[in-house]
Amino acid sequence: MTELRYLAPDTLDEAVGAFAKAGSAARILAGGTDLLVQMRSGVLKPGVIVDIKRIPELTAIEQTADGGFRIGAAVSGMALAEHETFGKVWPGVLEAVNLIGSKQVQGRASAGGNLCNGSPAGDSVPAMVAAGAIVTVQGPNGRREMKVEDVPAGPGRTNLKPGEILVSFTLPPRPPGSSDAYLRMIPRTEMDIAVVGCGVSLTMKDGTVTAARVGLGAVAPTVLLVEDAAKALIGSKLDDAALAKAASACSAACRPIDDKRGTIAYRIKVAGVLLKRTAAIAAQRATQKN
Amino acid sequence: MNLVTNNKWIGQRTIRPDGMDKVTGRAQFAADTTMPGMIWGKVLRSPHPHARIRSIDTSKAEKLPGVKAVVTSKDIVDFPIEKGAVMLGIQDMRWMCRNVMARDKALFPGHPVAAVAATTEAIAEEACKLIEVDYEVLPWSIEIDDALKPDAPILHEFNKFDGKPSNIVGRLEHKKGDIEQGFKQADIVIERTFTTRPVHQGYIEPHACLISVAPDGKTTIWSSSQGQFMVRAMTAYLTGIPQSDIRAIPAEIGGGFGGKTIVYLEPLATLLAKKSGRPVKMVMTREEVMRATGPTSGSKSTVKVGATKDGRIVAAHGTFYLQAGAFPGSPIRGAAGCSFTPYDIPNLLSEGYDVCSNRSKVAAYRAPGAPIGAYAVECVLDEVAEALKMDPLDFRLKNAAREGTKAAHGPVFPRIGYVETVEAAKSSPHYAAPLGDGNGKLRGRGTASGFWFNAGGESSAQVNITEDGNVVVTTGHPDIGGSRAGIANICAELLGIDYRRVSVIIGDTQTVGFSNLTGGSRVLFASSMVVTQSTEKIIQTLRERAAKIWEIDPEAVKWENGAAHPASPNAGQFEPLTLEELAEKAPAMGGPIGAGVQLNTQGADGGFGTHVCDVEVDVDLGIARVIRYTAVQDVGRAIHPGYVEGQLQGGVAQGIGWALNEEYIYTKEGKVDNPGFLDYRMPVCSDLPMIDCIMVEIPNPKHPQGVKGVGEVPLVPVMAAVANAIYDALGKRFYALPMSPPKVVEMLEAPTRQAAE
Ligand SMILES: Cc1cc2nc3c(=O)[nH]c(=O)nc-3n(C[C@H](O)[C@H](O)[C@H](O)COP(=O)(O)OP(=O)(O)OC[C@H]3O[C@@H](n4cnc5c(N)ncnc54)[C@H](O)[C@@H]3O)c2cc1C
Repeated sequence: MTELRYLAPDTLDEAVGAFAKAGSAARILAGGTDLLVQMRSGVLKPGVIVDIKRIPELTAIEQTADGGFRIGAAVSGMALAEHETFGKVWPGVLEAVNLIGSKQVQGRASAGGNLCNGSPAGDSVPAMVAAGAIVTVQGPNGRREMKVEDVPAGPGRTNLKPGEILVSFTLPPRPPGSSDAYLRMIPRTEMDIAVVGCGVSLTMKDGTVTAARVGLGAVAPTVLLVEDAAKALIGSKLDDAALAKAASACSAACRPIDDKRGTIAYRIKVAGVLLKRTAAIAAQRATQKN
Repeated sequence: MNLVTNNKWIGQRTIRPDGMDKVTGRAQFAADTTMPGMIWGKVLRSPHPHARIRSIDTSKAEKLPGVKAVVTSKDIVDFPIEKGAVMLGIQDMRWMCRNVMARDKALFPGHPVAAVAATTEAIAEEACKLIEVDYEVLPWSIEIDDALKPDAPILHEFNKFDGKPSNIVGRLEHKKGDIEQGFKQADIVIERTFTTRPVHQGYIEPHACLISVAPDGKTTIWSSSQGQFMVRAMTAYLTGIPQSDIRAIPAEIGGGFGGKTIVYLEPLATLLAKKSGRPVKMVMTREEVMRATGPTSGSKSTVKVGATKDGRIVAAHGTFYLQAGAFPGSPIRGAAGCSFTPYDIPNLLSEGYDVCSNRSKVAAYRAPGAPIGAYAVECVLDEVAEALKMDPLDFRLKNAAREGTKAAHGPVFPRIGYVETVEAAKSSPHYAAPLGDGNGKLRGRGTASGFWFNAGGESSAQVNITEDGNVVVTTGHPDIGGSRAGIANICAELLGIDYRRVSVIIGDTQTVGFSNLTGGSRVLFASSMVVTQSTEKIIQTLRERAAKIWEIDPEAVKWENGAAHPASPNAGQFEPLTLEELAEKAPAMGGPIGAGVQLNTQGADGGFGTHVCDVEVDVDLGIARVIRYTAVQDVGRAIHPGYVEGQLQGGVAQGIGWALNEEYIYTKEGKVDNPGFLDYRMPVCSDLPMIDCIMVEIPNPKHPQGVKGVGEVPLVPVMAAVANAIYDALGKRFYALPMSPPKVVEMLEAPTRQAAE
């Protein structure tokens, strides 16, 4: 029977070294709420597991000099929820991360794992896309930055190069009048996987949208940044016509499949419905703060 | 029948005896048992929905280091089809021997074809991959319509229907009056066709067992089931080991709902243990449970109801096609027999068709078949009431079965409580409450009724007084619904002692007399009968002992408050003798005190329920949620009201899942595509409101405590109640389950509805 080696290095360099050396047989372990499930069900049989939770940079939440946030890739949902200011600045990102699983799962699951697992239905990803997060990755050839929407390559696949580890998410500073929101459609009330997920980030001035980003999940092989929806919102007062246009842009962006979780027609419709509802929540939060 | 009303323990919410163990993790479920030298069994399963097995080569697997035994169908006792049925309860061993291990054909993906025991689970799994099976893949069908097509692949070539090979493997009908004449009298006739998907019982504990076969053949089985005697008998049949050599020990059970009334693993593990000489443990994965154990049937039902303008149902016709899965035996009896039973209908024809197709063999699921039939009937009744502009509950009252009504399936009803359930629903705070504003969501209310036969049958009990004057009751039924707590209440009541002094345990097959399995809502009904009689014998003994000590006539001694007293001042002046004192004196006074009774219990009365359901529909997302629910049921006598309510709430929760989201989804290759709890969506706690219960108590006159079965009725009306509520909210009717979000949206966007008649 195959042996399994478990490594828990204290530094990123060691982790990258060990990960790169072990090649395709290795897997990074953050919270393990995807990885261990996949191993148990026999989908994955890694030879080496590199646990990244002992590396300080990967479990830290920092406020950056310009007022943004840097979140370590392995920060658990619970740790993020307990941070004093993060949820006030990025309520949508936080609610998306906190939607993952249950209390027990929240104690472990990370946004990094959610992104690197490559599921088009990962809940935190559309919110991160809407937030305009930039990720830092480190590999045998050093560090680089990527837009979060460029990380997923398809179901279960990422654009990380062999040996690369996701280090952190950097979220930009927020101008006044900004907020965000995330909604997902699931048939049940919890413990379910998104049939459609929608993240919206807005900046508003005097009732008018001055900046917007929209992320959509579970409607295509990867999470989508829907620029046409954002364009429809920018400059508007979120009137019905603008919302309808943004909703159609979301529906138009969908390239879903018919599967056990939902039909093509259903996902296309729901993408538009969620855009409207999510934008309304984000706008309410954005204006409340002023 | 004197019903005692000032009971001390009957009717109390006493602390459940299994509660502490379950919440602290001490309870021993089947998978918690281990033995020295134990090895692991795994099953190789067919990947094909339908395939002839040309040959199986196990030689490579047998050579893998660590493998201790391999079995195939050659090792299982064969029950040849042409020799006729060999029944054990409702199961025919001809099908059971082929279900636990495919013989000539594999009939569904997941059908066992071989089993391996090895020193580790991983080696056993590896060995399964080394078994070479030569399959001739055959065409297949899963859905009822496909299985009934003229050119459908036939699962069992020997079976004929209307003289031709067919997948219809059984038919039954219940008939009363003349429906042709009846429909002629009707002012309004509504006929509709409904479909439901297969749904799984969804017990959280997967099937598991540990089995040891000693060199002398003595076999011990630890397993989770709804009947240790059923496990023993089926294992004996399928392995050839006599029942006297098999000790089946029931583990604490983590849910069954009917699904653990048959065996899957025990015969295989027994044969592996016998071959290897080592104890063998087998534990199914959730995926195996979903692919290879019995969900209930998918169905297609057509129901036609005719009524007069004044609201009398004059004729009804129901045709229920139920998927049996790989082998005959779908619950058509429940569908055809229960669905119209709440009503006094002069002209009735109710037909059931048992249809085989290439999916796992059905197993019982809570009132098997009845919820499927009631869904169709109760939805049509809702339409008829609406067409007549009658309140749906008034319409039901007008047509309600009562004492003296002859049910189409045979009995003339004794005093029954159906009318009372409808009246209680009508006068409930729920039915009177306004629906309220949905804040953009649409709200609706629906009602429905249901019936289940309930059952009696064989039960055994032994009641023993311990040396310190307490009580141990041993019964023979796995407790899946609170029977231990109920028995403790009854025994304490009869003996006049604190219920905490009565310890109720479930015996194994070699220590308590035969007891039929836990099913049919029979357990508290039947076991309280034998426990009552045993306890009455003990009280008689205690009176005789006191009489002997006091040197008076036993008839002059009465038993009260846990002690013997002189029956009257005439009998003499004596200090009472308590149970403790009499237990202490037992050795000198004739020996240990105890009594056992074994009966084939009779007199189980059917149960009726009427439900009220409010839903709220988010029309843009198609999500329907139940926001308020009241289950009314004639429970006979609630021996332990907390447990009775638990049964009602549990049944409703399962029905809401069945109505809204649960379904087996199949791939194009005929395999279950959602074999896990992520995509097989049972409701979670937050999906449900608190379910209100109204217990109507019309005692069963043929039972010492008035008990009626309560565990199955509460699932019967639910899907119809939810469907009728969704209709009330949307003004559109669903004729198919589940009413899941994509289907609700599709329905709302569809321009047409099913044509009215
Ligand atoms: C009961 C349950 C409920 C769930 N509910 C939800 C839900 O509602 N919504 C949802 O989106 N998901 C859900 N999930 C899935 C899972 O919890 C999430 O995807 C979670 O965010 C994964 O994070 P993790 O830290 O546990 O990742 P892990 O399992 O540790 O890792 C996931 C994958 O990413 C890789 N990886 C992790 N970190 C890195 C890194 N820093 N660099 C490179 N690769 C990395 C791993 O090798 C692995 O392949 C659920 C899971 C369970 C068990």
